[in-house]
Amino acid sequence: MGNHSDGSPNHSGTVATAGQNEVEKFQDPGIPPHRLRLADTDPKAAKRAERQVAVLFGASVVGTLIFLVAYFAIDLGEGTSIATIRLQNALLGVGTAFAMLGIGTGIVHWAKALMPDHEVSEERHPIRTEEDRLAAVRIVDDIVEETGIKRRPLIRNTLLGAMALAPLPAIAVFGDLGPRPDRALSHTMWAPQEGKLKRLTRDPDGTPIKASDVTIGSAFHVIPEGLNELHEGKLNEKAKAVVLLMRLDPASLNPSAGREDWSYNGIVAYSKICTHVGCPVALYEQQTHHLLCPCHQSTFDLTNECKVIFGPASRPLPQLPIAVDAEGYLVATSDFNEPVGPSYWERDEHERSIKS
Amino acid sequence: MSAASRAEAPAFVAKTKAGRITDFVDARVGGSGILREFGRKVFPDHWSFMFGEVALYSFVILLLSGTFLTFWFDPSMAETHYDGSYLPLKNVEMSVAYSSSLDISFDIRGGLFMRQVHHWAALLFVASIGVHMLRVFFTGAFRKPREMNWVVGSVLLILAMAAGFTGYSLPDDLLSGNGLRIIDGVIKSIPVVGTYTSFFLFGGEFPGTAVIGRLYMLHILLVPALILLMIVLHLFMVVVHKHTQYPGPGRNDGNVVGYPLGPVYAAKAGGFFFIVFGVVALMAAFFTINPIWNYGPYDPSPVSAGTQPDWYIGFVDGALRLMPGVIGDFHFEYVIFGYTLTLNVLLPALVPAGILFTVMFMYPWIESWITKDTREHHVLDRPRNAPTRTAIGVAGFVWYCVMWAAAGSDLIATHFHVSLNDVTYWLRALFFIGPVIAFIVAKRVALALQRKDREIALHGRETGRIVRLPHGEFIEVHAPLDEYKRYKLVGFESPSPLPAVPNDHGIVTRKEKQRAFLSKWFFEDRVAPATPAELEAAHGHHAPAVEAGEESKSLSH
Repeated sequence: MGNHSDGSPNHSGTVATAGQNEVEKFQDPGIPPHRLRLADTDPKAAKRAERQVAVLFGASVVGTLIFLVAYFAIDLGEGTSIATIRLQNALLGVGTAFAMLGIGTGIVHWAKALMPDHEVSEERHPIRTEEDRLAAVRIVDDIVEETGIKRRPLIRNTLLGAMALAPLPAIAVFGDLGPRPDRALSHTMWAPQEGKLKRLTRDPDGTPIKASDVTIGSAFHVIPEGLNELHEGKLNEKAKAVVLLMRLDPASLNPSAGREDWSYNGIVAYSKICTHVGCPVALYEQQTHHLLCPCHQSTFDLTNECKVIFGPASRPLPQLPIAVDAEGYLVATSDFNEPVGPSYWERDEHERSIKS
Repeated sequence: MSAASRAEAPAFVAKTKAGRITDFVDARVGGSGILREFGRKVFPDHWSFMFGEVALYSFVILLLSGTFLTFWFDPSMAETHYDGSYLPLKNVEMSVAYSSSLDISFDIRGGLFMRQVHHWAALLFVASIGVHMLRVFFTGAFRKPREMNWVVGSVLLILAMAAGFTGYSLPDDLLSGNGLRIIDGVIKSIPVVGTYTSFFLFGGEFPGTAVIGRLYMLHILLVPALILLMIVLHLFMVVVHKHTQYPGPGRNDGNVVGYPLGPVYAAKAGGFFFIVFGVVALMAAFFTINPIWNYGPYDPSPVSAGTQPDWYIGFVDGALRLMPGVIGDFHFEYVIFGYTLTLNVLLPALVPAGILFTVMFMYPWIESWITKDTREHHVLDRPRNAPTRTAIGVAGFVWYCVMWAAAGSDLIATHFHVSLNDVTYWLRALFFIGPVIAFIVAKRVALALQRKDREIALHGRETGRIVRLPHGEFIEVHAPLDEYKRYKLVGFESPSPLPAVPNDHGIVTRKEKQRAFLSKWFFEDRVAPATPAELEAAHGHHAPAVEAGEESKSLSH
């Protein structure tokens, strides 16, 4: 029809047809004629539907009984096996499901098969009348006028000022939700106490680790000595202090200047808390010497001081400087020399103060 | 009725029992006006209108099962040694919160069932809100006068996610504890106030001993109260606006076609509540959700591989996974004026969610600005009849899905035996090109469907009946549509782009030029609805042909 050569001027689009749009549209034929259902015409079908609804409601009663029997007949207590709990859970669920689905499907079936299904049309009324709107606007104008707020800017401005400040106490009263962070995040339990170096101990039982126990290729989950004896804040300290201990061929380690003596005989210790958002970096790939965080897959290269080689972390895992004490046990020679775990706004400031 | 019964009391005597009860209540609280208004109010019926109902009913189920759980749950983080009937954890050190969650599961009859009902209903609640919003978006139900209800619905989505997350963390098991750990890491990445916010939330260092109690208060009081308030607002506005209806014969912006509230619609909707409850009960009976006894108590040291957050948090977690921390030698964490800015966490945690929610909240106004459409709409668009909007929605949905899939990148890698790194690289690429491809494809599909509609409206539907004509040609017979079916295919608007118009001063502003550009982008590709003249032409053209031939030959037209 868009072809200019074979159409009349009207069809070729060269003649303006403005105002004829209404004519060109299909007219609404109105609501389609109502079609009777089987139950509307055949009393037998209606009776059948009635019985079906009753059966569904009956199924609901059975479901309720199943629930009650399962609740009272199966008792839980000391020594209940998982199988018993599972059975009770399944029966309670099936009972509830029958009780609910019976009622639900019954009502819906009743509504669909037996209640009138004539579609009706209702007029939509405007949300508000023009008259109401004008009256409302006039009322608002009058109210604003009577307060005189427009003529008295002094009142308005001081009110605004007072209102703006008034909520501040409501914010301030939450000031005791927590202590100030101060330097809490910049140190861990590994700091030597009264000149005594902390031993590296096994997680979770806290037994110390001898350097000779650590064979090449092995990995230990480590907590600081004394953690298990803490009475308060044990998890807080653990959340910062957990360490992974591994032994590699010393030749494969490439320590940077100043960190040559942080390892012992190929044994290295790194913070287990991911520098991304703090998950434990729990997976050690022995062959590739990679550490992988299972939460977001940050991957760290052990042979390169845990440099990030993949994933969302941006910083290497902090290394714990270790040595061996007189009895052959591994000890931390100092605390981490940077804050562990996820980054935070004051982190760089803390790192600088640790290093100086 | 009310005026009569009040003024001259003996004049009205109800004849039925139901009538007497109604009159009793009416004479005291005056409800007859409300009943008259709503008793027979017409509601349009369509299966896609049920998603909102599913959300509402899930919330009711959540209130019921949640109330049960509060009777036994103890949100204390004090240390205790487990002494319940689950032997593998006997004497293990744990928080009271975790211990009481185990008791609910193993020592209280029906407790495990209620926990499972509560968790499944929560997952269903967020999911049904999401699907309901997709329905509202793709059918254009958010248009005037319902923009504010769209905003209330969006707030409900956020509140539902907040309710889910605060509840998910309460049992203080290993999995949810690691979830909190990630939240802590994200909060700490916020510039200036992040560290303080973290300390205030946890009452000191992570994990502290305060957070479960605080989340509990949010979970059982503040968030549900806000949800309830928003639901009331939402439904109030549905009543004010009356429900939208799908296009079709007899339906227009001036009427509502459907079933009266009483009895049909009320029965269907009321019955549907029981069906939703029944389905949730079945899921709780047979599908384990959040088996906290397998995870153990929270401990900052262990973590299991392949763990997942609840599905609705997945897209944020996926975004966190997709963001590279280092590109070449560029680190996304750097020091600015002596402070640490950790963009590798901050950007993925806030930006994609921020973009999604901002666009979602503002979309009704964005579209009406582009289209200059300020009329009231009560008849929905079929998604194909608004190709650009549909394409925008599909693009956003695909973007969300890419991030969501990324939250399972490790599981994708292990299930399909592919490299985890490759999965991440692919998803990173899809993060950028996925929405673009989705936009183009969705728009083309919508336009193709519109052309198909046009074809059917003009030439009838394919009957599958093959007829051989006397001269040997085989043709498929097309059956013409009746006028009702045809009207459904042709009764829509197809606006054309609105060029820039000068303002009162005769100037075409830059903003107006931008609007005109977007209008062109929005409406440029369009398929006009078939007109009676075209139908006439399609048929009249072949008038002399035999009857069957008339319909069939129109194929070649």
